[in-house]
Amino acid sequence: MVASRAVGSLSRFTRSRMLRCPGYICRNFTKSSALLTRTHINYGVKGDVAVIRINSPNSKVNTLGQELHSEFIEVMNEVWSSNQIRSAVLISSKPGCFIAGADLNMLTACTTPQEVTQISQEAQKMFEKVEKSTKPIVAAINGSCLGGGLELAISCQYRIATKDKKTVLGSPEVLLGILPGAGGTQRLPKMVGVPAAFDMMLTGRGIRADRAKKMGLVDQLVEPLGPGIKPPEERTIEYLEEVAITFAKGLADKKISPKRDKGLVEKLTSYAMSIPFVRQQIYKKVEEKVRKQTKGLYPAPLKIIDVVKTGIEQGSDAGYLSESQKFGELAMTKESKALMGLYRGQTLCKKNKFGAPQKEVKQLAILGAGLMGAGIAQVSVDKGLQTVLKDATLAALGRGQQQVFKGLNDKVKKKALTSFERDAFFSNLTGQLDYQGFEKADMVIEAVFEDLSLKHKVLKEVEAVIPDHCVFASNTSALPINEIAAISKRPEKVIGMHYFSPVDKMQLLEIITTPKTSKDTTASAVEVGLKQGKVIIVVKDGPGFYTTRCLAPMMSEVIRILQEGVGPKKLDSLTTSFGFPVGAATLVDEVGVDVANHVAENLGKAFGERFAGGSLEVLKQMISKGFLGRKSGKGFYIYQEGVKNKNLNSDIHSILAGLKMPSQPDVSSDEDIQYRLVTRFVNEAVLCLQEGVLATPTEGDIGAVFGLGFPPCLGGPFRFVDLYGAQKTVDRLRKYEAAYGRQFTPCQLLMDHASSPNKKFYQ
Amino acid sequence: MGVSRTSAIWAVIWPSLRGDPEIIWSFIPFTLSVKPMDQDLRMTSLLTYTFKNLPSTSQWALRFSMRPLSCSSQLRVAAAVQTKSKQTLAKPNIRNIVVVDGVRTPFLLSGTSYKDLMPHDLARAALSGLLHRTSVPKDVVDYIILGTVIQEVKTSNVAREAALGAGFSDKTPAHTVTMACISSNQAMTTAVSLIASGQCDVVVAGGVELMSDVPIRHSRKMRKMMLDLSKAKTLGQRLSLISKFRLNFLSPELPAVAEFSTNETMGHSADRLAAAFAISRLEQDEYALRSHSLARKAQDEGLLSDVVPFKVPGKDTVTQDNGIRPSSLEQMAKLKPAFIKPYGTVTAANSSFLTDGASAVLILAEEKALAMGYKPKAYLRDFMYVSQDPKDQLLLGPTYATPKVLEKAGLTMNDIDAFEFHEAFSGQILANLKAMDSDWFAQNYMGRKAKVGSPPLEKFNIWGGSLSLGHPFGATGCRLVMAAANRLQKEGGQYGLVAACAAGGQVCHRSFIGASRKSFSWKQNKFIQECLI
Repeated sequence: MVASRAVGSLSRFTRSRMLRCPGYICRNFTKSSALLTRTHINYGVKGDVAVIRINSPNSKVNTLGQELHSEFIEVMNEVWSSNQIRSAVLISSKPGCFIAGADLNMLTACTTPQEVTQISQEAQKMFEKVEKSTKPIVAAINGSCLGGGLELAISCQYRIATKDKKTVLGSPEVLLGILPGAGGTQRLPKMVGVPAAFDMMLTGRGIRADRAKKMGLVDQLVEPLGPGIKPPEERTIEYLEEVAITFAKGLADKKISPKRDKGLVEKLTSYAMSIPFVRQQIYKKVEEKVRKQTKGLYPAPLKIIDVVKTGIEQGSDAGYLSESQKFGELAMTKESKALMGLYRGQTLCKKNKFGAPQKEVKQLAILGAGLMGAGIAQVSVDKGLQTVLKDATLAALGRGQQQVFKGLNDKVKKKALTSFERDAFFSNLTGQLDYQGFEKADMVIEAVFEDLSLKHKVLKEVEAVIPDHCVFASNTSALPINEIAAISKRPEKVIGMHYFSPVDKMQLLEIITTPKTSKDTTASAVEVGLKQGKVIIVVKDGPGFYTTRCLAPMMSEVIRILQEGVGPKKLDSLTTSFGFPVGAATLVDEVGVDVANHVAENLGKAFGERFAGGSLEVLKQMISKGFLGRKSGKGFYIYQEGVKNKNLNSDIHSILAGLKMPSQPDVSSDEDIQYRLVTRFVNEAVLCLQEGVLATPTEGDIGAVFGLGFPPCLGGPFRFVDLYGAQKTVDRLRKYEAAYGRQFTPCQLLMDHASSPNKKFYQ
Repeated sequence: MGVSRTSAIWAVIWPSLRGDPEIIWSFIPFTLSVKPMDQDLRMTSLLTYTFKNLPSTSQWALRFSMRPLSCSSQLRVAAAVQTKSKQTLAKPNIRNIVVVDGVRTPFLLSGTSYKDLMPHDLARAALSGLLHRTSVPKDVVDYIILGTVIQEVKTSNVAREAALGAGFSDKTPAHTVTMACISSNQAMTTAVSLIASGQCDVVVAGGVELMSDVPIRHSRKMRKMMLDLSKAKTLGQRLSLISKFRLNFLSPELPAVAEFSTNETMGHSADRLAAAFAISRLEQDEYALRSHSLARKAQDEGLLSDVVPFKVPGKDTVTQDNGIRPSSLEQMAKLKPAFIKPYGTVTAANSSFLTDGASAVLILAEEKALAMGYKPKAYLRDFMYVSQDPKDQLLLGPTYATPKVLEKAGLTMNDIDAFEFHEAFSGQILANLKAMDSDWFAQNYMGRKAKVGSPPLEKFNIWGGSLSLGHPFGATGCRLVMAAANRLQKEGGQYGLVAACAAGGQVCHRSFIGASRKSFSWKQNKFIQECLI
């Protein structure tokens, strides 16, 4: 495929060249022989413009690795030394990808910071040569242009990007715990201004082409083409190349200036940035904000600020040096290892390892238009799934439909959708109160109230109307799927699909299979989940599956800690400063006190003493007073519309005081409280792997981070054990076991890992 | 997101009962031989015709008898007829529908002589012109249909206002249709359907567009406040409403410039289309130059006989189109791209321009026409509407519709003697020609085994097109049909094919303010004309 495309582009090239400039034909032949020796890059000459095409073999994306790097140097040297060539165009032959970033394997293979620094410096050198090239180089960008790809693009003299949805520019390094290590920290602030550069590098957000044009990140936009004489993607790349060539020529002839006109606001900003005092204020402000948000748990953002500052205040040389050194240091941190692990895991969990289902799901039916049901509908209709949303009452249905509309409309407000697209998507949704049309459904997802008898009732009703091939999926957070499937006529078609609230924001989908669930049913569920844009873990059935089961013992510990006299605010700050995105007490409010109680009771019955800890009486008394959490306006905190700072619910004090437990001073330091929570979580997760509920540690980490907010900087419970040390984890557990008993007994698998230090979850 | 749209083609047979007696003469044996079933009807109508045109019958008879002796040119024509795939497109048990004649006001660049008029004034001029040209008794007309795109809100049924003003009977119903740039095509096909179904015998169809004036509205907030104010009962209510007034309420709402569904302007889409088909700026400029040169030639030779002079109140009489401006390629090459800047290929010179104008045609059931003593210009035989993705294939309608209508009619490209395609942009016309000539496109996008082939340029828009004559959105369809009919008559062809592309939906909401020489063409509409010679 790739080869044929390369050959195709070559033949095209040859043809047009032969037509226009017969004199160059011989040259053409020599170039094509050179092409055969290179695997990642080929180039040809059109008139006096070198067209350098990047196309990494056997991959959907181009990544900056050693081979590509050395081939690029080779090609550029030829370009610079040739008298024939006056300018160059840099373009990818792959549709949807310019360069997706540096090759992560290249970084993870390094064992010392010096090696990584070395890589960074080589790239810096190369890109500096590109930047200083006397022959103008135009980067023609179609598709993702991220990380190192962006750094290369901004080293070029000119950038032209397609205005395609797939064209995204960004510096996502910070999300991997590193920084742009090929001159990005130095060039980006000069190109888009310090504030915008900080925003890009510290958030890692992707920037669409039209916005990139406004920011000055790209110089020209090219509209993607529709069907014509060739397939649209192919012709769009060709057109982009044609346009880029005219600009390359224009730049070489000095007819076009690479400098762009700055707007008034931009001029003012850049003037303000020339005042040292203003700059210092900005550094301070950004640093404060970063510290507040990261709680000092993530080293990369602070280093990025530092490197940018060095470059601006002490000059480029110091900046480049600092960049490469900090890059090397960061790549060796635990945080970056954890984050890169998550990145890899996320990629893995976006694949369907069960293969393609026999029948593609086109018609989806959702039972229950509550928060979950409507959320599932929202992520389905905008992917083109025909969706029926059914509820029992018109009012509940109307609320659900409004939720879907609002979700789509918010995207229109953010300009991610046009109002026309919103309407077209919304028309994929049918709201109804009966089972009309269910005979055409390929999959039914029920999201009714968590009550076994109710779930049985809808399952029976649905099975009476759906066709044989239709999958029945239950969205439950704790009810075992086999119990739901017990009354099914066709248990092989019953599966669990556990979405997380809010569905449109939470990336995770936990799919639960029973021993009777067929492989094709699983494949179908995964396929739908992937279509909905979810990261998917597939786990075995059991009380609480994986995610809820890990959360429950931690929640039990939360209650105990509260009973021991630690206030909700203090507990929240302890958990967030450990890296959880949401404080533990707030989490209970968000989940709902009644739901937490329901889950705790169920799992307590199933797992017995291991899940004990705090007294459920706390939750029960809260429920009896109507403190159900955010949804009722009161929980541990008081929630008021429009009030940002939430206040403690003072009535909670009396409940907690009435159920007070004595605290044990030797396991109640701040650190101990944090570790009591985390180790119970981790221990239960490892037990899930031991019992086979989880298939792989990767899925365990992804589930914990994306579904439950386990600190991303720790990379998930399994990565935590690897990086923190199994022995140290066991020691902690033993210490707490001594104080509280069996709830902290480390599981066998964890002890195995502790006893043989070479054993790692990730090799 | 392929939004389904409709589009149309229709076919015309034209028997040229009027004009050259030779044509009339060769008509009779042909009809008799091909359609013996119709003999009675045909003979009756001919008799009626003969009877009503008594003075000319002797000439008729003379010609008839002289036939074997007379001009060889006729023989050539007759020979050509025999090579056609089909000798007629008449269908059994379906009424034959004819165009007696059609007229249009001169098409003017918007903002020129018509700028102080209202749309119904222009339409009235076309209707009066038609009355004058055909001498049709006003009370015989059963129905009037006009097409328009940008509606003047005061005259939303512009057909009715114009008809009353033109002196048609107030008992004659009239309605207005809108279908973007094929609005008058829709008017004509509606007329055909009314006649075919036996509802009417005599229908006037036409269209009008006045781009010199477009409705610019108050903002939604302002409108809401004004409406609420009109409902407010007490001074207190009024004051509280007025207190909510903000200065930004006053910002006006211009008619949308872009396609509603995709937010893309037509010119922008045309530029992308030209790029998708790899059509260069030079090719586009050359085609535009061809259009202007041919239009000038046709104008100079007096071939644009459908134009009727219009005395504009307070101004001089307008006698001809004013947008025909043949330039040189060098001059055209100097223009900057109008839409995709700075490297696009669509410029003001290779796009059609904003135009004011109106047109009207008289459509009758054949037997009625003959009974009334008319010599119709053409049969309207078949039509078809097709639709595609409004984003990337907005302007590719003719490519999709041409093979379909040809198949429906049982003809091939070679059978057609006159092609009249609406020229929205040079790039759009050339893209369609390329698409029709591409096996790859036919196989991958049209679900066909092979290409249909592109129309030969020597039969294609040889009296100019929308690029040069102008394109009043609502009125272009009738111009295309009359151009095809007049060309067939002039050149002695048998079949004509008319196509126009249109985009957008059934409702058009676009206008351009302050922009010059930009244009839009929409949807797909075709006509086949057939001449019986």
